[in-house]
Amino acid sequence: MGAFLSDPATLAIVTLSLQVSALAMAIVVPIAILLGAALAKPDWPGKALVSALVHLPLVTPPVVTGYALLVLLGRRGWVGQWLDGFGIQLAFSWVGAAIAAGLMALPLVVRPIRLAFETQDPRLVEMAATLGASRLRRFRTVVLPMAWPGIVAGLVLGFAKALGEFGATITFVGNIPEETQTLSLAIYTLLQSPSGDSRALILIGFAVFISFAAILGSELLTSWIARRNAR
Amino acid sequence: MLEVTVKGQVGRLEINAHLWSDQPVTAFYGRSGAGKSTLLRAISGLWRPDEGRIKVDDRVLFDNVIGIDVPVHKRNMGAVFQAALLFPTMSVERNLRYGFSSKDTGLFFDVVEMLDLGPLLNRSPRHLSGGEGQRVALGRALLAEPEILLLDEPLTGLDDHRRRQVIPYFAAIRDAMRVPIIYVSHDKSEIAALADVVFVVERGQVVQELSAEELTDFEMGLSTS
Repeated sequence: MGAFLSDPATLAIVTLSLQVSALAMAIVVPIAILLGAALAKPDWPGKALVSALVHLPLVTPPVVTGYALLVLLGRRGWVGQWLDGFGIQLAFSWVGAAIAAGLMALPLVVRPIRLAFETQDPRLVEMAATLGASRLRRFRTVVLPMAWPGIVAGLVLGFAKALGEFGATITFVGNIPEETQTLSLAIYTLLQSPSGDSRALILIGFAVFISFAAILGSELLTSWIARRNAR
Repeated sequence: MLEVTVKGQVGRLEINAHLWSDQPVTAFYGRSGAGKSTLLRAISGLWRPDEGRIKVDDRVLFDNVIGIDVPVHKRNMGAVFQAALLFPTMSVERNLRYGFSSKDTGLFFDVVEMLDLGPLLNRSPRHLSGGEGQRVALGRALLAEPEILLLDEPLTGLDDHRRRQVIPYFAAIRDAMRVPIIYVSHDKSEIAALADVVFVVERGQVVQELSAEELTDFEMGLSTS
């Protein structure tokens, strides 16, 4: 068991998982900041629809989300066909795994970011405007810095969620060792073989540790931001 | 010179006000909810009236007939509200410099000195008392070199002791900075200490124009039924 800890195969699985989650967050966080800022604004036409779409991956069976990605971004998919013309293939690649994981994590990333924007005192932005700050400068210097803890909380939570993604990933990019076989997929594969239990256990340890650390960090940040924005 | 004619609706309150002033310190006096702050927000551009005209010196800031509505950040108004509203992620100094674009670095130190802000510069706004916070807010507004300084109940959140400490600073600004001030308050003594002309605001309308001396004898609620 000790040998497996330093086994290149184990490290490759953990590294690939971290790499997929990191790319997923790099794609999703900027989108989530825009969505969070928009959803924090009071009623605008279509807000309910956008909010519902953002939350969809949370309630749709992951297999369905993965299939939707395949239909959209697969080699013969609507967008995938067009990407194929440029030699870009997302299905069955680790970049595709990041997209699947990112999409599944999106609602969890948006939530604390939206909360961070919603709890801000709108009068601070008005004050910045009276001091001559343009819309962009107000967002960059007042709104965004106050939302940082929320953004970090969303990032951490989303990272943990992306790390554990299974259903959408296996449907969209399959279970290819060293390309799309992330932690969850590797654990599942190992548990299918009679001799894999002890190796699976180590990966399970990794998964539990990373998830717990992420969720705890996110909780602490969220309560901190609530206290800080209270006054 | 300030000229304001505005009509519009805020919640249940119907605003229909006209006023004209060329005095250094103009006060809006009235009960809370009378529409004083809304008039101030109209001048600063934070509230958009349905119709009317707002003019400061030769500059038209709003006129629905000729379609002018200068955005807030281009109106060059300094504002201080009841809450100091300092940016919590910045130090006091960064707050002060937020709207400061002048090359005249002397001005920064003049304002810091006039408002006794030197010892506060490196602090976080979280660690200021109410009176200190208002002084920083005032300094920040002044450093934006506004054409008009809008003060909306700037002393209301403070106790009497702190109030007495802050009032002299307002007087100093009035005398030293030569920037016209519009001062909104429901407190006669504050207005009497600072204002040259007083507009009494009631139910969204300017119902009377008084001098500061006349305000002392003025009783609320007799003018309209």
